[in-house]
Amino acid sequence: MTQLERPAGRMLTPFNVIAGLILAGGAVIALIRFVCGLSAVTNLSHYNPWGLWIGFDVMTGVALAAGGFVISAAVYLFGLKEYHPIVRPAILTAFLGYALVVVGLLFDLGRPWRLPYPFIVRAGPTSALFEVALCVALYLTTLFVEFTPAVFEWLGMRIWRKVVVSLTIALTIFGVVLSTMHQSSLGALYLVTPTKLHPLWYSPYIPVQFFVSAVAAGLSMVIFESMLSHRAFSDRAEISHEQLDGLTIGLSKGAAVVLAIYFAIKMLGITLEDKWHHLTTPMGGWFLVEILGFVLLPCILFLIGYRERKPGLIRFTALVTVIGIILNRLNVSLFAFNWDLPPESRYVPHWMEIWITVSIVTLGVVVFRWIVNRMPILHEHPNFKGMH
Amino acid sequence: MTISRRTFLGGVATGAGLMLTGTAEAAGSKHFPGYPGRYGLLHDTTLCVGCRSCEAGCQEVNGLPPLETPTEDKSVFDKKRGTTDKAFTVVNRYDGGDADKPPVYRKQQCMHCNEPCCESVCFVGAFTKTPEGPVLYDPSICVGCRYCVMVCPYYALGYEYDEPVTPRVMRCTMCYPRIKKGLNPGCADACPTGAITFGKREDLIKVARERIRKQPDRYIDHIYGEHEFGGASWMVLAGVPFGQLDLHEGATHTPIPEMGSGFLSVVPLIVSIYPGLLAGIYAFTKRKEKLARLSKEAAVAETLAAAEEETKKKLADAAKRAAKEKESAIASAVKKALAEARDAGGDEDSKEGAK
Repeated sequence: MTQLERPAGRMLTPFNVIAGLILAGGAVIALIRFVCGLSAVTNLSHYNPWGLWIGFDVMTGVALAAGGFVISAAVYLFGLKEYHPIVRPAILTAFLGYALVVVGLLFDLGRPWRLPYPFIVRAGPTSALFEVALCVALYLTTLFVEFTPAVFEWLGMRIWRKVVVSLTIALTIFGVVLSTMHQSSLGALYLVTPTKLHPLWYSPYIPVQFFVSAVAAGLSMVIFESMLSHRAFSDRAEISHEQLDGLTIGLSKGAAVVLAIYFAIKMLGITLEDKWHHLTTPMGGWFLVEILGFVLLPCILFLIGYRERKPGLIRFTALVTVIGIILNRLNVSLFAFNWDLPPESRYVPHWMEIWITVSIVTLGVVVFRWIVNRMPILHEHPNFKGMH
Repeated sequence: MTISRRTFLGGVATGAGLMLTGTAEAAGSKHFPGYPGRYGLLHDTTLCVGCRSCEAGCQEVNGLPPLETPTEDKSVFDKKRGTTDKAFTVVNRYDGGDADKPPVYRKQQCMHCNEPCCESVCFVGAFTKTPEGPVLYDPSICVGCRYCVMVCPYYALGYEYDEPVTPRVMRCTMCYPRIKKGLNPGCADACPTGAITFGKREDLIKVARERIRKQPDRYIDHIYGEHEFGGASWMVLAGVPFGQLDLHEGATHTPIPEMGSGFLSVVPLIVSIYPGLLAGIYAFTKRKEKLARLSKEAAVAETLAAAEEETKKKLADAAKRAAKEKESAIASAVKKALAEARDAGGDEDSKEGAK
């Protein structure tokens, strides 16, 4: 099979049917949202102006897409060359992740067509959100450029490919700078909500916590996603299962270290602000579930997986970590936010908000599949072998 | 030297070095006390009877739909209400503490903070703190991210969620247009009990202190809003602890925008330090790789050279040995030939002798 061929196959596979139904439903809800306004499809209120679309699609989406900058920095800047085979899938995942963050944002913004206003009409540099917007816009562009070599190889555009490949180091450095800034700025959004976010989650260190946990999330997503795509696209994968197992074991060591740092920073915040007494409250119990069950436990499991060389355990742990990061971002943005409001004023997402979120994730999987089936992502293009 | 508020904020919370609004003046040693002579309002909850005339007045002057429940209907107090995009002020009823004490009513609305966090968090700068005191909002540039609604510690901002094309943030404007005309805000004019007083903020603080001084048993000795989160244009007097009235009792005097500005000051550092640092790490990696390659090459060359030397020596030895062997072969051949010759001579002799 040559690279340019469309993969042969039936259109009516179970995957296509389910994905099609989800996306069709999403399209209907999108229509309602843009014709009738946010109140028609969301449970957003004057108390809770940010709901699932910000809490999951933006906050969590950006954290889970951190694998792109982590792996490209490891390979291109720190010289961990053996991870080269997973750079492209990681960058593709990150690019799609960020693109979907913007899609989610377009649903959520009151006037989405004004999204470029902070850059072209008036800047608000006293806002952490301005920094998030600027960095996400620049980083999405960076990821797009970083992804183009695969497209150029697919289309056989040698000269363009050469130009972009020569920019690899600069793009990687730019990506790390931008990621450090906006991953932490997403946490910094909550620095100005000291009365609204529960004290156990509110911390002056929240920008650092968001950045470090995003690195853990990125590594875990790479471990998990590489396993999934290796299984789903085994005919296209270049490296063997044994090779992938080796990389997974290596990544688990990194993830364990990052989670240990994250745990330490979290504890530091609790200690320095003397918030231990909150741990005995119901919210404290919930906090312990997050910090012990989804930070400390995976940290230990990653170490065991590394020592005992158990890729299966490591992949399971990566999933636990990913769930933990989702939990953390949802805690900060939804569950521990406005925690002291009476129950009737709290936010519970509308089913149509959930449907849109599921549709956006589905869209990501469909596009990922489409690209991986055509472009040299999981394998090297035969005409460009060993040219990286 | 007087510094304008805009410059001050610009200095305190300069964003990334990429952004060029205002001059980044180092304001660390300066304190901006707020615009002099700005207006404010004082709500004396001990005088408030919960008649909701202020609500009705607010709806009227702002062109909002009339109240859903008439002011006489006290059942609205059974539930806590918040401000919305269609009600910029609401009055809620709170327990007076003891059973024999009358309930307390508190009016809530945008507090028009001295250092408004809605203003500082807007990424298009749609909010302005005016020198007169009101915080104004410009819907013509609003993107609708609702970060302002999300940060407000008083839940004072509403959003037009049912508006698909032109949704706006809706809230009390402190009746800025009326103030400009020399009129009182609608709620202050509507209040029949004198619970709401409009005036210069500094004068209101004096009025409030005087009331507390004259009737220390009636009031908690505190003016809420004088200093909380840097102070606000709206201030509240009460006879019960402010925490019972859903206000942030004991709140810090630090303006909320300042809590975010420390982080923003780190951002330019990341931009300036990171690229060099990362390029350095890359250079070190490269150098390490290069050194490893060079030492490998050197080792290979050395081994090769040694091997060559060895070969040469072996060759030389072999040549020597060959020469020696040849010599000895020649010698033995000569010997043999001589011996043969001698033998042959002997034979001849014996032959000759036999003759």
